[in-house]
Amino acid sequence: MKPMKIVLAGQPNVGKSSLINAMSNSRLKVGNFSGVTVEKAEICFEHHCHLMEMIDLPGTYSINGFSSEEKVAKNYLNNEEYDIIINVIDSTHLTRNLLLTLELMNLNKKMVIALNMYDEAKKEGIEIDAKQIEAITGIPTVTVSSHTKEGIDDLLDIVHTYYDNEKRLIPTINLSDTFEEELFHLTKFFENKSFRYKDLTSREMAIKLLFEDEKFYSYIHDKPIFAQIQPILLIATEKIYTYYESENINEIINDEFHAIAKGLKAETIICSRPKNKKTLTNKIDDILIHNIFGVPIFLFFMWILFQLTFTLGAIPMDYIDMAFAWLGQTIGNEISHDGLRSLISDGIIAGVGAVVLFLPNIIILYIGITLLETTGYMSRVAFLLDGFFHKFGLHGKSFIPLVTGFGCSVPAYMATRTLKNEKDRLITLFIIGFMSCGAKLPVYVLFAGAFFSPEQAGNILFIIYISGAILGLLMAKLLRQFVFKGADEPFVMEMPKYRFPTLKLMYMVVSNQAYSYLKKAGTFILAATIIIWFASNYPNNGTDNPKTQLENSYLGQLGKASEPMFAPLGFDWRLSVALETGLAAKEVVVATLGILYNVGEDATETDDRLLQELKKQIPLPTAIAFITFVMIYLPCFAASMVFAKESGGYRYLGYLFVFTTIVAWIMSFIVYNIASYLI
Amino acid sequence: MKLSDLVTNQIAIIKSINCETELKKRFYSFGMIKGALLKIENVSFSKNTIGVNIDDTLIALRFEEALNIEVEIIEDTK
Repeated sequence: MKPMKIVLAGQPNVGKSSLINAMSNSRLKVGNFSGVTVEKAEICFEHHCHLMEMIDLPGTYSINGFSSEEKVAKNYLNNEEYDIIINVIDSTHLTRNLLLTLELMNLNKKMVIALNMYDEAKKEGIEIDAKQIEAITGIPTVTVSSHTKEGIDDLLDIVHTYYDNEKRLIPTINLSDTFEEELFHLTKFFENKSFRYKDLTSREMAIKLLFEDEKFYSYIHDKPIFAQIQPILLIATEKIYTYYESENINEIINDEFHAIAKGLKAETIICSRPKNKKTLTNKIDDILIHNIFGVPIFLFFMWILFQLTFTLGAIPMDYIDMAFAWLGQTIGNEISHDGLRSLISDGIIAGVGAVVLFLPNIIILYIGITLLETTGYMSRVAFLLDGFFHKFGLHGKSFIPLVTGFGCSVPAYMATRTLKNEKDRLITLFIIGFMSCGAKLPVYVLFAGAFFSPEQAGNILFIIYISGAILGLLMAKLLRQFVFKGADEPFVMEMPKYRFPTLKLMYMVVSNQAYSYLKKAGTFILAATIIIWFASNYPNNGTDNPKTQLENSYLGQLGKASEPMFAPLGFDWRLSVALETGLAAKEVVVATLGILYNVGEDATETDDRLLQELKKQIPLPTAIAFITFVMIYLPCFAASMVFAKESGGYRYLGYLFVFTTIVAWIMSFIVYNIASYLI
Repeated sequence: MKLSDLVTNQIAIIKSINCETELKKRFYSFGMIKGALLKIENVSFSKNTIGVNIDDTLIALRFEEALNIEVEIIEDTK
């Protein structure tokens, strides 16, 4: 039997995902199929022995807009095959939600209205007469609550019965008198001519004509009756234009729909809540978006999130690290062939380990971000911070990925998904690297320790971090001005009511993210680590001295070849090689320097011998230029791969490479020359 | 007067919205349309963003976007 294909459409924050979870019960199979950047979720389950397939479209306020979600929703609804639409509505915001319902009605598909969050509405003193809505609109309507499971079975039954029913129910909404009068003539015309289009009624065709539906126009345009209907239509539109004092049909429709939605609400809702009484959300908002305390409170939340991400996350990270080291060694001992052993334990296992290592960070951070988003706090954050970030061409929500960047760029790139506007997201992605990640810290500590007194070292670290952040903001401004030009996207956004997500929803979102990270990043990073492993171990010249080996490897050769490029910054081939191995992971920079400055590969940033060697062999201006370069250039391979995925293509990774390298080179050059001049 | 001139807790009615289609559509999808009632609930510290309550929904918008909306005060609950 063919599965029943059900599409869930609704505005953001109406609880579509929770509703799907409630409907499918525990028999859920969640898979993301990526059409565009915005994902649609798909789920299958059984109801009375019939397989149901559910498509969760991204939440949209309208299906006629230009945002990426709206395009995904519109394309899907217009072009894909499906059986029934469930229009999910937030019962507590009927008018606004009905605007979308009215748009969906014009798709002329089977549709059911689910008035979700009805338990919440009742608590707020709102009572909705679903039967009345059904009577006015002609569309089956049920009140449901995915939270209490109330009405879920009814909804499933109604959907199922409607699916089995051959006939589509025709919407019975009345438009304003002006429209109805013209519709009357047009409908009569179609009826007299027995004109058919798909399964539409004459009235539905007439509405399509008046609403200037392009698809229908291109169909009817080639038909003989077009010549006859044209004069009637011209008079009709002329009358409507005159009445509404506008020639923009979309605006007229909007006015019309708004009036209908308001009327529908007035006739179907009983609100016993006293006016002007503060809701809980209002009270929470008085504190959380207070014009003075709002920002400090937010910073406090962020501080907690970061403490959790990077201190709590460090615990499993240590174990994962140990487990992979143990695994590499144990398996390595079993392999007698040198090359193969090195490939498997140093290349593949270490490479996979490096990916899995970030998993605890990502999971914790994602729990935090999901909480911020699903509770409705994220849009408040944008509200609070947009003033500052907008000055630099960024969005208020850019703050979270940017701050995350101080910990690790991998989750930071993933956090940019909260930015819905393409340009905002790209600019944020491009400047995340300027926020020095945790892995760069060992390099900074090493150099600060080698070249500055212990009292100064702390200040130097602070200066490094702050100057990186400031540079990043300036770059954002530059990118906005010269690269991602064009008008800003309007900021207008909803600050939804505060809600707590269910554990199930949290689990679904977080596990999905973790899985997609492991799958997509894992494969690429694995391939890349093998390449880097190969480049630093081959050609194998049979020496036991790691320095000679690295010096003569492909990577070493590359370092020497690129030496002239770095010469103006004062870097010799060894520093060049260290920068290049640093492309794999920033921690590797210290290990590479250890090998190249002859103190062994197990060197750490606090190794005294390495400190002394560096101090002896590297002039101070070079050291400062080197720090500057590390601060700015391309993040590690894992991060680069995630960047490519989040930005939407390797093309962008290419741009990022060129952009960061040029900026790093120029800044290092400036710093090197100033320092040389001063010292 | 303009929506941006309104202060917290004043209730006003939208008289007209004068801006390009994209922004207008955005306003519309939140129910911000000629004849709708609104009330300013929050103003951010830097006064760059304001929170407007319309039909029980809190909408955040930038000050410069609020300049496009012409309103008339109908009630002052300060």
